[in-house]
Amino acid sequence: MLTRRLFLSDWGGMTVLVLLLAMVVLVPYANLVLPPESPWHLSTYWVALLGKFLTFALLALAIDLIWGYAGILSLGHGAFFGLGGYAMGMYLTRQIGDRGVYGNPELPDFMVFLSYESLPWYWWGFDMFWFAMLMVVLVPGLLALVFGWLAFRSRVTGVYFAIITQALVFALMLAFFRNEMGFGGNNGLTDFKDIIGFSVQARETRVALFAVSALVLIAAYIAARYIVTSRFGRVLIAVRDAESRARFSGYRVEHYKLWLFVFSAMLAGIAGALYVPQVGIINPGEFSPLRSIEAVLWVAVGGRGSLFGAIIGAFAVNGAKTWFTTAYPMVWLFALGALFVLVTVFLPRGLVGIFRRRRREGDA
Amino acid sequence: MAAWLLVAGGSLHAETQAFGLEMPAADLTTETTTPAFGIIAQADPYTGDMMDPSLLGTDPESAERETVETDDDLMEEAVYEGLEETAADVDVLIQRLPEGSFNDRRRVAEELAATGDPRVPVILTALLEGRLLATADDPPHILIHAETGRGGRDALTGELVDADVIASGRRIPVHNPLRNALRNLIAVATISAPDPERRAASLRRLMRDDVSPDILAYLDERVELETDPRVTDLLLTVRALARLNVDDPEQRLESIALLRGSLLSEVRVRLEATATRDEDPEVREAARDALDSIESRIRFFRFTENLFFGLSAGSVLLLAAIGLAITFGVMGVINMAHGELIMIGAYTTWFIQTLIPGALSTSILLAIPAAFLVAGLVGVAMERGVIQFLYGRPLETLLATFGISLILQQTVRTLFSPLNRPVASPDWLSGSLYVNPILSLTWSRIYILIFAIGVFIALLLVMKKTSLGLKVRAVAQNRPMARALGVRTGWVDALTFGLGAGIAGVAGVALSQLTNVGPNMGQAYIIDSFMVVVFGGVGNLWGTLVGAMGLGMMTKFLEPHTGAVLAKILVLIFIILFIQRRPRGLFPKKGRAAEA
Amino acid sequence: MTQKHWLTSVRTPGIVLALSLFGATVQAEEPIKVGVLHSLSGTMAISETTLKDTVEMLVAEQNAKGGVLGRPLQAVVVDPASDWPLFAERTRQLLEQDQVDVIFGVWTSVARKSVLPVVEELNGILFYPVQYEGEESSRNIFYTGAAPNQQAIPAVDYLMNEYGIERWVLAGTDYVYPRTTNRILEAYLKANGVADEDIMINYTPFGHSDWQSIVADIKRFGEQGKPTAVVSTINGDANVPFYRELGNQGVSATDIPVIAFSVGEEELSGMDTRPLVGHLAAWNYFMSVDTPENAEFIEKWHAFIGDTNRVTNDPMEAHYIGFNMWVQAVEKAGTTDVDTVIDALKGVTVPNLTGGMAEMLVNHHITKPVLIGEIQEDGQFLVVWQTDDLIPGDAWSPHLPGSRDIIADWTPPISCGNFNTVTQTCSGQNY
Repeated sequence: MLTRRLFLSDWGGMTVLVLLLAMVVLVPYANLVLPPESPWHLSTYWVALLGKFLTFALLALAIDLIWGYAGILSLGHGAFFGLGGYAMGMYLTRQIGDRGVYGNPELPDFMVFLSYESLPWYWWGFDMFWFAMLMVVLVPGLLALVFGWLAFRSRVTGVYFAIITQALVFALMLAFFRNEMGFGGNNGLTDFKDIIGFSVQARETRVALFAVSALVLIAAYIAARYIVTSRFGRVLIAVRDAESRARFSGYRVEHYKLWLFVFSAMLAGIAGALYVPQVGIINPGEFSPLRSIEAVLWVAVGGRGSLFGAIIGAFAVNGAKTWFTTAYPMVWLFALGALFVLVTVFLPRGLVGIFRRRRREGDA
Repeated sequence: MAAWLLVAGGSLHAETQAFGLEMPAADLTTETTTPAFGIIAQADPYTGDMMDPSLLGTDPESAERETVETDDDLMEEAVYEGLEETAADVDVLIQRLPEGSFNDRRRVAEELAATGDPRVPVILTALLEGRLLATADDPPHILIHAETGRGGRDALTGELVDADVIASGRRIPVHNPLRNALRNLIAVATISAPDPERRAASLRRLMRDDVSPDILAYLDERVELETDPRVTDLLLTVRALARLNVDDPEQRLESIALLRGSLLSEVRVRLEATATRDEDPEVREAARDALDSIESRIRFFRFTENLFFGLSAGSVLLLAAIGLAITFGVMGVINMAHGELIMIGAYTTWFIQTLIPGALSTSILLAIPAAFLVAGLVGVAMERGVIQFLYGRPLETLLATFGISLILQQTVRTLFSPLNRPVASPDWLSGSLYVNPILSLTWSRIYILIFAIGVFIALLLVMKKTSLGLKVRAVAQNRPMARALGVRTGWVDALTFGLGAGIAGVAGVALSQLTNVGPNMGQAYIIDSFMVVVFGGVGNLWGTLVGAMGLGMMTKFLEPHTGAVLAKILVLIFIILFIQRRPRGLFPKKGRAAEA
Repeated sequence: MTQKHWLTSVRTPGIVLALSLFGATVQAEEPIKVGVLHSLSGTMAISETTLKDTVEMLVAEQNAKGGVLGRPLQAVVVDPASDWPLFAERTRQLLEQDQVDVIFGVWTSVARKSVLPVVEELNGILFYPVQYEGEESSRNIFYTGAAPNQQAIPAVDYLMNEYGIERWVLAGTDYVYPRTTNRILEAYLKANGVADEDIMINYTPFGHSDWQSIVADIKRFGEQGKPTAVVSTINGDANVPFYRELGNQGVSATDIPVIAFSVGEEELSGMDTRPLVGHLAAWNYFMSVDTPENAEFIEKWHAFIGDTNRVTNDPMEAHYIGFNMWVQAVEKAGTTDVDTVIDALKGVTVPNLTGGMAEMLVNHHITKPVLIGEIQEDGQFLVVWQTDDLIPGDAWSPHLPGSRDIIADWTPPISCGNFNTVTQTCSGQNY
């Protein structure tokens, strides 16, 4: 029954899930088992790259969940992504131990350099993996709870909400840039060595991180799908399409929105946490407002309100970005800009919309 | 004495400049025909002849670095050329300079200064700059090492000497206290400079250190002669400072009373010293009291200054946001390319400046309508090309305009290179309005404040008094009804967007006078602009005005306590919380239209 | 289990490298690949694009001379788009996919920190051409820009001795380079008897544009009766409004001189220079330096870029030196093999553009002269002072408590980037 509800009518999602599962199997095989001479060999560069795309896809999924199903446009989801990333980064930094440049077993290098006497309280516990993982979901979740509670309770919606989320992520960026904050300032956290005992530079670890990212994305997709197909999800769609009417029908609109927002923030946090060990650095640049806007664009390009469209969008835009900035660096911004204009004007349902329309035409 | 003081009058900056004249020719002609204070300024003191302007460099503008040294050399020469008779004591005194302790040297320097010999300032300056050398002979020859090159001349005769003779000389050592003493001795000489600016500078130099009461008589003489009121003020202050060191406590009290009115930082430093170190408790008391009164005045002026800073920061925000108040506030388009429209305005300014170089004022004034047109046309093109398909879908306009902003940025980068463009300011936009030593307001900020208010009023008039404004408001309130009444809504939309874009371009002209002109400049303003519009209340121009000024003021009053970064963060948090309290901003739009 | 065994054998990047070498010997004409890792888009494009052009020019010039080891050079240009994680990704791409033999690139500290683990993991060579904060020495990175002792300390010495400065404003953008430089300077000034209250330290965010309050503070700070100077580590875009505000508030170079470490010819070409005239900058190279090498370099640059208005600057000279050092080392080693070239690079000397010889030291830094220039109206510098000798770069500052006892020496028996001379241990290395 549940499987039917989740998967049956979701042909696109099924395809994406199958592809993801195939990647989980094939990518490690192509990277680890096939010898480098083989034409099918996948270099570590590609593993890291695809792993990064997966975390972006997870972020896009988180955004589509609130934007596509509850009409909440957050232009500040980078805030949650970044906070999750910092929680992971702090764990990884603590794992460096006395292998830092100053060889201080207690303090990260930048603290030695800034003459910290002891570890600040907010760094306590981050040497433990379980604690750091808890923080990866708790910190973004808590911020989303407070922020969302304030915003939804006073019915801040639409454009206003989008703009104050920009303010939020901008404020976080400025704050994390400050060296006094104790998060490494502009340089952020980098030069990681180990994650739960394995070297982050080892090929197996990279492949494992890739596989974990893919599995987490699959799990998140199923969870998101579960939410949107439940009664909860239908209320959300009602809220998206006619908020006042839903409210007059007796639904506590703000509660629905708030919980979905918190869940979405936690997903973004997890995405950030998976992102950091794969790219090897977390710095305040992740809080840049433009990055958050870009993430929304992945969803728009893929197709808002279909969940799997977000995944497609994240892969498509980032794939194009990687290709363009290598092949034609000067043309990239023109291409990206044109893509946004064309998609919004001609493809309001995104790439997914092309197939949907065709299907609907076929149905009729 | 008067004679050598006159020569010394040429010295601009005893610290850095040689003891030569670097006097604009303009001064030469005016001051020689109309002596400013009874002395023929540029006459050579040794011969009484008028100096040949060519010696000084005829064109003041061309007195660039390469020629400065030669001017100085010529001046040094001039000092000696005119020399008819040398006072014997200078010859004797100068030979004592290399010997003894630094204190001995200081006494010799004072005695030298007292001779009034015209060579003394040159010698003292050389000593100050470490260019005074002594040979190993007995008695030693004193030589002056030229500022550049290896040559030099004899300090007494002014004859040129060979480089190897110079190389054989040992530098007569000076240390910091001696340097200060020397600067004072030279500064005293400069009090009679023909240029009031220099007189003022030398007086302020004197104030830096304890002013010795020995020069009181001389100061009295100068007070009589002085014609410039500002310099007279400074002279009186220096005299009062000198009197702080006399033995009679009554006189000290008198001068404290006089110094009460001064806001000069040097006076504060000296009063502070008197308040802690004077032996007479009454004097200490009076000095403390005077300091308190000065402090409270300073606090007032600092507050005024901060108020101005806040208004000025607000005016920049207002300029940046006011175009957005139209495109976003009135039309509901989340125009992420707003910053790039500002950039286009700034580039237009640069472009016009390169078209007509040398006419800075004209080019700035021309740039205002030009930037309005260029940015406005880009705006109209944007509206007709893309935005008109997206009305009623505000979030989609965000994505599309963001795309446009990337394209515009990259276009500028491709056309004009990613480097910043230099935009110069005309003179009337440089410098500051001097109110008192504590408070001076920079002209560029004053003009931009006025300009921002002007743009605001103009826009208000367009919106309230013209038929375009009426139509704009009609379309914004009820599009179908406006169309039913015969308003060409498409045309109005294009013009409205063009108006907002044009004003963004005009803002770019103003901002080019404050900051960088480069492809990324727009991004610096986009978030601030949205904050201002949302904070003030979408669709309300007055809200934008109050919002901009309020946020600017808030930032500037937080900054001294928190630093620039934290101030900005706090303001952002304030806006986030404020929007929760009043989701529609300071001045919400009323009625059904607000539900959009 | 067999799989595991296989894995450990491929772990070493040597195989990849050996393969590329194998390929090279088969075909003697196969080009030597030179990776260029400079941002061509985003915020750093403004500074880095020029350096990409410089490397391309040097490559073209070397090819005209017949290449290296009889093989032509091929520049592989990628765009890290001013995005720090992307720097790491692109480095991996260059070393793993394109298999370049050397990389010239990176500007900001954060980008270098992001790239460092990757070049160490994949055993590449990176030439880093920008003045930086020190406190680092990697086996795989060669630092051809100035360390703090090759820029900041001589600059302060100059102001102390020539200007008699007693009060100091250390103003910088809030990131690691200004923070480190200012900490070193603060320690240095205090060791030279400057009191706490005579040092004012101020940090501002990137791109700070409203300098009214800070300049007013600096002005007040300078009015306390002692000669005052500003040591500016203010970065990039914040400089224009800063100098404008100084000029407008009537702070002139003769009252309070500003000595900058991040304002060079290229930055000046995008500014209205009038408010800056007379202020100072400390670098290891100025375009105005009058030597035959420099004249030739400028001429080649103008010919290559096709615009005689373009300027040259200090990081360009650093790339010039680094590139020539690498060419010489490869010729000396007779191979492009990374380990051999790294060894061969130590002790290599090549002429710099200011008339001296730059030597690659065992700590992977080079010797440099320090020049102080006064800014002229035409956007050039007039050299007013320069050190008599070349100054060797310190990887670790003796003025910081954390790094006082640390030295870098990549020759045996130490062979370590941060060797503690007290505990005789090598820490923080991946090897």
